[in-house]
Amino acid sequence: MRRTAHLIKTSVSATVLMGCLGMIVPLTASAADAAEIAKGKELAFDRKKGNCLACHYIEGGTLAGNIGPPLVAMKARFPDYEKMKAQIADPRTQNPNTIMIPFGPHKVLTAEEIELVSQFIYTL
Amino acid sequence: MKKIATVLTAASLVIAPFALQAAPEQDLKEFREYYFKKFPDTPKDDFINGVYSIDPPSREQWEAFEDFPSYEIYVDKGEEIFNKPFANGKGFADCFPDYKKGVRQNYPYFDTQNDEVVTLEAAINKCLIDNGEKPFKHKTGNLAYVSGYIAYLSRGNTFNIKVPDDPEAIAAYNRGKKHFYAKRGQLNMACADCHYNYAGSRIRADILSPALGHPTGFPVYRNKWAGESAKGDGMGTLHRRYGGCNKQVRAKPFKPQSDEYKALEYFHTYMSNGLEVNGPSQRK
Ligand code: HEC
Ligand code: HEC
Repeated sequence: MRRTAHLIKTSVSATVLMGCLGMIVPLTASAADAAEIAKGKELAFDRKKGNCLACHYIEGGTLAGNIGPPLVAMKARFPDYEKMKAQIADPRTQNPNTIMIPFGPHKVLTAEEIELVSQFIYTL
Repeated sequence: MKKIATVLTAASLVIAPFALQAAPEQDLKEFREYYFKKFPDTPKDDFINGVYSIDPPSREQWEAFEDFPSYEIYVDKGEEIFNKPFANGKGFADCFPDYKKGVRQNYPYFDTQNDEVVTLEAAINKCLIDNGEKPFKHKTGNLAYVSGYIAYLSRGNTFNIKVPDDPEAIAAYNRGKKHFYAKRGQLNMACADCHYNYAGSRIRADILSPALGHPTGFPVYRNKWAGESAKGDGMGTLHRRYGGCNKQVRAKPFKPQSDEYKALEYFHTYMSNGLEVNGPSQRK
């Protein structure tokens, strides 16, 4: 398990690195992204909001639970961003009996908040 | 999926009273086997110790606490209250004639005369009411002390909850079972999600305890229930805990001693049949 995760992580870092070297992202857009990603991180870590750490290891968080898989190498695991976002909005679509919270339908997070959290998670 | 199927089967059995008896027994067998398989290092009789039965590091700390348990003075208080005669000259001993031998292991039971689940706490309050006394308030205080004293005298006896061959009794058992497996609250989680499917996993820093053996140690003294912020002395009943766990998933808790919680306790304790009474216990 651990080794697989590590390997995937390494390959993702490489992808990210290549993206940076390419310098295709305009500066203004990336500044806005950074703010949004910070907001998404805050929502993900907030116990009254996403509280994702209750169940998932997330880099930068403390006292993470281990009910769900560690959220690492997300781009490798979800080449399709929308698919990952759908998992966060309503995990029951993948697993009807999941313990993970139906954040969207149960109004734990708004659509906007789900978007922000998803953007942050996608950087992992 | 499989669990949902089991719940449905159990529900449909209500219509066929003759096949009933086997259902709770079968549930019990499967329930127990599941935990034995999941925690092969835990001796079978040790599940009475909650999370400490599966987590050696926290167990060490807990054992140190148990050397000088915080609940001890409340057992003494319970004894004092238990022995204080009522205004009519009678006392708790008249309602619990076998209390010295220990009676905790028989609660809750199903009263087929009145068609209701009788918990130990409800029996304590009924004793007061029947004798013209005021009932204790729920969840904490005198009720937890007296229940703790009765449990203390019952230590070592094994739980022996019966589901009689009676449609109402089976219905109560099934209501409790349904509560245990049903998702609830804004966070949409079942007791079974945390204490069955993910028992042993960490939710944040807390290790989730197995539901097998849950009720055996109640009432409990909980550090979290003691002190200023908790507005209590640490002692609490099982229904207090139910309320806390319902709140964690942002569900509105039911009232202590409501039919809903009595049914839940009935199922929940039946699942611990054969395990020893070890109440009251110490929890963090
Ligand atoms: C109560 C536990 C719990 C909470 C809280 C939780 N999750 Fe999950 N999550 C799970 C479980 C368990 C899975 C594994 C799939 C399943 O069982 O449905 C999962 C799967 C996932 C996946 C898919 C991972 C993969 O590789 O397949 C993502 C993405 C995810 N969660 C994101 C989140 C985010 C973001 C949050 C907070 C906003 C969150 N989760 C909160 C339990 C939880
Ligand atoms: C979101 C997860 C979660 C859900 C859902 C949940 N619990 Fe808990 N429960 C906990 C945690 C965390 C603890 C404290 C650690 C432990 O002992 O498991 C706990 C403790 C308990 C305890 C005390 C165990 C002991 O040995 O002191 C009981 C009893 C209990 N839960 C019953 C229930 C019941 C019944 C339900 C459903 C009505 C339920 N729980 C739902 C998380 C949960």
